[in-house]
Amino acid sequence: MPETVIEVRNVSKSFKSVQAVKGISLDIRKGQFVALLGPNGAGKTTLVEMIEGIQKPDSGEIHIMGKKWKGNENEIHRIIGISLQETRFIDKLRVSETLLLFAGFFDLGAERVEEIIRIIGLEDKKSAYVVNLSGGQRQRLALGIALLNQPAILLLDEPTTGLDPVARREIWDILFKLKEKGETSMILTTHYMEEAESLCEYIVIMDEGVILREGTMDQLLDEGSDGKVVEFTSDAGLLPAEPDPAGLPFHIRTNATRDRGSVRLRNFDTDLPAFLDYLKSHNISLRHLECRRKTLDDLFVELTGRAINE
Amino acid sequence: MSKLIKYRQLWQLIQALFREIIREPGVLFWGILFPILMSLGLGIAFTKKSDVVRKVAVITSPAGGNTYDSPSALLSFLDNNCEKSTPGGKDSYKWKLYLRNEKLGNSVFYFYEMGWDEAMMQLKRGTVNVLIAEKNNVPEYHFDPGNSDAQLTYIKLNSVIGKGNVVPAEGAQNVIPLTIKGTRYIDFLVPGLITMGVMMSSMWGISYGLIEKRSKKLLRRFVATPMKKSHFLFAQVSVRMIMNFIESLVLVVFSMIVFRMVIQGDISALILMFIAGNFAFAGIAVFASSHTSNTEVGNGLINAVVFPMMILSGIFFSYHNFPDWSINIIKLLPLTIMTDGIRGIFNEGAGFREVTVPIVILFGTGALFFAAGLKIFKWH
Repeated sequence: MPETVIEVRNVSKSFKSVQAVKGISLDIRKGQFVALLGPNGAGKTTLVEMIEGIQKPDSGEIHIMGKKWKGNENEIHRIIGISLQETRFIDKLRVSETLLLFAGFFDLGAERVEEIIRIIGLEDKKSAYVVNLSGGQRQRLALGIALLNQPAILLLDEPTTGLDPVARREIWDILFKLKEKGETSMILTTHYMEEAESLCEYIVIMDEGVILREGTMDQLLDEGSDGKVVEFTSDAGLLPAEPDPAGLPFHIRTNATRDRGSVRLRNFDTDLPAFLDYLKSHNISLRHLECRRKTLDDLFVELTGRAINE
Repeated sequence: MSKLIKYRQLWQLIQALFREIIREPGVLFWGILFPILMSLGLGIAFTKKSDVVRKVAVITSPAGGNTYDSPSALLSFLDNNCEKSTPGGKDSYKWKLYLRNEKLGNSVFYFYEMGWDEAMMQLKRGTVNVLIAEKNNVPEYHFDPGNSDAQLTYIKLNSVIGKGNVVPAEGAQNVIPLTIKGTRYIDFLVPGLITMGVMMSSMWGISYGLIEKRSKKLLRRFVATPMKKSHFLFAQVSVRMIMNFIESLVLVVFSMIVFRMVIQGDISALILMFIAGNFAFAGIAVFASSHTSNTEVGNGLINAVVFPMMILSGIFFSYHNFPDWSINIIKLLPLTIMTDGIRGIFNEGAGFREVTVPIVILFGTGALFFAAGLKIFKWH
């Protein structure tokens, strides 16, 4: 098994009356890409900032490459790359100058800056002022700064929040290439489940300061069911208001206007006919029916009763 | 090797912060052009003698329905010695008296003919501040003795009308106007503009710069790298000091050329005093911006520092007009210490002997505020 690069043991952190992180433990191995998935306020940023050394845990321990932050700041700073949530760089500095400034902190020169500009695809924007970049270009610059020192550990806090699908895809492409090399371990926080699914092989679902579930996609989705979801629509008011009609082996969830619903079928072969029988016996005619594989969002709803982006 | 890293870091930081400043188009105007315009405007306003205009009401119909003796001494003086307005012309005055004086500046008196009641009205409105009537063929002046301007009008007019004819202005031979360099208003003003500039741009440049970088989470990002915090602060302060030096130098050179100002004291003492003042305000700026990440709170903090000093420290007018008890306090303000020191070097020929104590105090003030500021400085 590859070596552990980040070790989080029983870490807690409170701000005034809010307990943001409640006794979390986590191990990240070399080359592993890990997603911290959860809604806003789940404690993802606080956890990542403690790993980044920006926040100090109230209790618990964090080791980066076997070392504690205290007393090893300079050494750890040299092996990690960070992209914070919404950092704004100096407006009237050009892209290349901004990279050169950060490169200076790591004793790197213009050569590495040129390399990074190529990696993040900002060749034609390298002389542009930061203030004139689009949201996606700024995030790519932030990612470029994080990659300057060829970090063994990359910590990205919501790198694609607020970006359009094309810009998001551009960030993903940079990270895919990095993953191929297998040198870097990454923790990425996100509230987009498709981002977690496509970029990371290990997913940690967080809510209200605790880890709800963690594992690979397969482990998470196969848990307790064969992962089939049936979604359907009907005329308004036709579907049952009660989420759990008696006698059925599954839950029927409906929306407020009772024209849209879903069921999660544990055993497809027996549950689907039972569901269809139920519809028939209640004279419910469907307009539309779709069967799909269970997703992380479904899992999150199962665990918390609400959707991630609610 | 580690030395090289240090220099590369520092060099990149200094370059970046310098670019940040000079790429703002406002910097050129507010930092360099504005102080020059201010010195030009104020210097000219307070040095050029322009005609002083005074308006006087002449009561031609005394209260109680009486009339003046005929011929009236006052009216005949005005008729004989003043330029009369053309009847039916657009001028509302009746007589105009022009007193020329090379040394004291020219005065123009406009006399308006009116009754007592209207004169009272004009007095209340401040259009005129002296009324002249006549009693037993002697001019009678009515004015508020508490109004020094009215008093001056009276003194000037009385010396002229009382004698019945216009006294030649060259009579003021015992007046010697001061034009010696170092005693003019511009000599007083320019050192003040320099020190005020240092205070303003240190406080706004450093404090606001730090608070803004904190609110943009850029400070947080910087300290998540191997950057040395001391390098960052050093770069921030030294870049500002260089800018202040350039701004002040331009102002001094301009004043030397346009107003023929001279630095009468020791230039090396002046430079050290300038550095000490910069250091003091840089320390205060770091202290003021050590904690908040809210730019509006920052605004308030900076104003709380700069406003009292701008008003009290004698930048535009001497602080010796403030109450006696306050002067000893005012003298302790960093801006007062720096301004008095720099003025002393410019105008009184002061050298190290006179300004060593102020320099030490300013360096001490800076060090104290730096230490306190760094102790509570919030990077995140």
